[in-house]
Amino acid sequence: MKIAVCVKRVPDISEADVQVDGSGRDVVKDRFQFTINEADNYALEEALLLKESEDAEVVLVTVGPQEASEVLRMGLAKGAARGVRIDDTGLEKADGLNLAAALAAYFRKEEFDLVLTGCIAQDVEDSQVGPAVAELLGWPHAAYVIALESGDSALKVKRELEGGLLEVKELPRPCVLSVQTGGNTPRYASILGIKRAGSKPMDELDAAALELNVEEAGEAGSKTRLLKLYVPEVTGAAEMIEGDANEKATKAVQILKDRGLA
Amino acid sequence: MSGVMVLVEHRQGAVRDVTFEVLAAGKGLAAELGGGCEAVLLGGDEAMAGAVAGHAERLVHAGHELLADFNYENYQRVMKALVEERKPDVVLLPHTAFGNDLGPSLAVALGCGLVSDAIGFSKTDDGLVVTRGMYASKLNADLLVPSLPAVVMVRQSQFKPAEPGTPGEVVQYDPSPLFEQPPATKFITLEELPSTGIDITKADIIIGVGRGLKEEANLAPVQELADSLGAVLAGSRPVIDAGWLEKERQVGSSGKTVKPKLYIALGISGAFQHVAGMKGADTIIAVNKDPHAPIFAAAHYGIVEDMHKLVPVLKAQLSETAS
Repeated sequence: MKIAVCVKRVPDISEADVQVDGSGRDVVKDRFQFTINEADNYALEEALLLKESEDAEVVLVTVGPQEASEVLRMGLAKGAARGVRIDDTGLEKADGLNLAAALAAYFRKEEFDLVLTGCIAQDVEDSQVGPAVAELLGWPHAAYVIALESGDSALKVKRELEGGLLEVKELPRPCVLSVQTGGNTPRYASILGIKRAGSKPMDELDAAALELNVEEAGEAGSKTRLLKLYVPEVTGAAEMIEGDANEKATKAVQILKDRGLA
Repeated sequence: MSGVMVLVEHRQGAVRDVTFEVLAAGKGLAAELGGGCEAVLLGGDEAMAGAVAGHAERLVHAGHELLADFNYENYQRVMKALVEERKPDVVLLPHTAFGNDLGPSLAVALGCGLVSDAIGFSKTDDGLVVTRGMYASKLNADLLVPSLPAVVMVRQSQFKPAEPGTPGEVVQYDPSPLFEQPPATKFITLEELPSTGIDITKADIIIGVGRGLKEEANLAPVQELADSLGAVLAGSRPVIDAGWLEKERQVGSSGKTVKPKLYIALGISGAFQHVAGMKGADTIIAVNKDPHAPIFAAAHYGIVEDMHKLVPVLKAQLSETAS
């Protein structure tokens, strides 16, 4: 089986103060650590688990600038066989569906049995690419996959629904699955894995190689366009408790006492 | 038609609450665009149709056994046919596991634009502008959709459901000609997560921990604090994903919705998925070292502090109070 895992290099924003840059359409990037998108990391783990249980080649695919190769190296160090970077020159600011179109163009050139993506990118949070790629290829898909079992020609998956329910469904290969976080435990790369990653093949393609016309495939051809990013106006914000840690605690305890909770 | 088409989400024989939120959003958007708001019920029965009819000017009901359980392929065939026939300006779906399985492929099939996680709409001379969240709810984004129709997925718990009005007209639609080919994917069943007997929804006081916990070992002091308050521990998604707390302790749109007397959020940034599950608490105290964390917009009281520093101090002061 040949499995592609789509990965994205994203800023780690979990505890960072996110600021909008001078263009008003992007964030100030120099303050972030960049990493592999969390949900993609879970998708990669599913692929590596499949590789261990049956004969499978795992190929990492990313769309991005030169630096995006970092996340390919991370995945190669964990056990993927090779990486493919689709250079995003001309595709910067393409919307989610156009990003999916660039990936689909690649999947038409090189055939896979299974394409895995994360279910959400932690920066733009579109949750669009996986199912859109599937539709462009005419393949079936499942979104929010938390568990998968591989059979002879079909895959049995569990999708995470709201409120603690799982939907069990079956789909034939080839197909696209967008993977939700939490269904497995992503591994860390071993020292040996990191050493080996350096000699694994990394291919680079660009829009022209995928026969994409950047007028259509880039921002100009996108059906949605980012006008501006901004910090949301806060309404009914919290009353802030000031002071040193001791004073803050004292005031918090008082609030609890006032409500009969302490 | 011009205006808005809203797809009803239902599961296990009932219309889901989020549907009424999306219908409220649809009504507002239709007024902005100058058209009507039409609901579409795929599968479902008369009771469901009745529940929805008062929330839209018209309800298109396609009752068919192949639509009884959600399957994006069958739903997509019917939605595509309906959109091409009825020509709405905007198709609204909830941004849920249901909407997300269908929205992107429906937009591709229709060749139209797609916006995720919508929280607001406005009409401009250049086209429809949709506001949505990005970057873990730390930023908003205004997106222009220059040409319609568009598919838009609406954030849960964002729009307030309206009171039902006079039931609109119900139009029956026969989708059977669309089902000559069987779908490639097969719905098997719905499965409950295995239960360990923990029920955080019954607790009066909940302490929720987030990514700021950093590591599992840091749970011990938080547990001590919880013990001194008679509180139960809960967590946001990253903590559950890491396996530090049981899945049944997850608060948020993909976990539990809780309404305790007191919710203390520790090291939780406040992405909307989490806030959706706890904003109904009587009192919310949030502790986060990032002064711009979105959790402070949901909380009643905010403390900018490293949770690891505050927790032992808080515990010590509570112990003094008790003794």
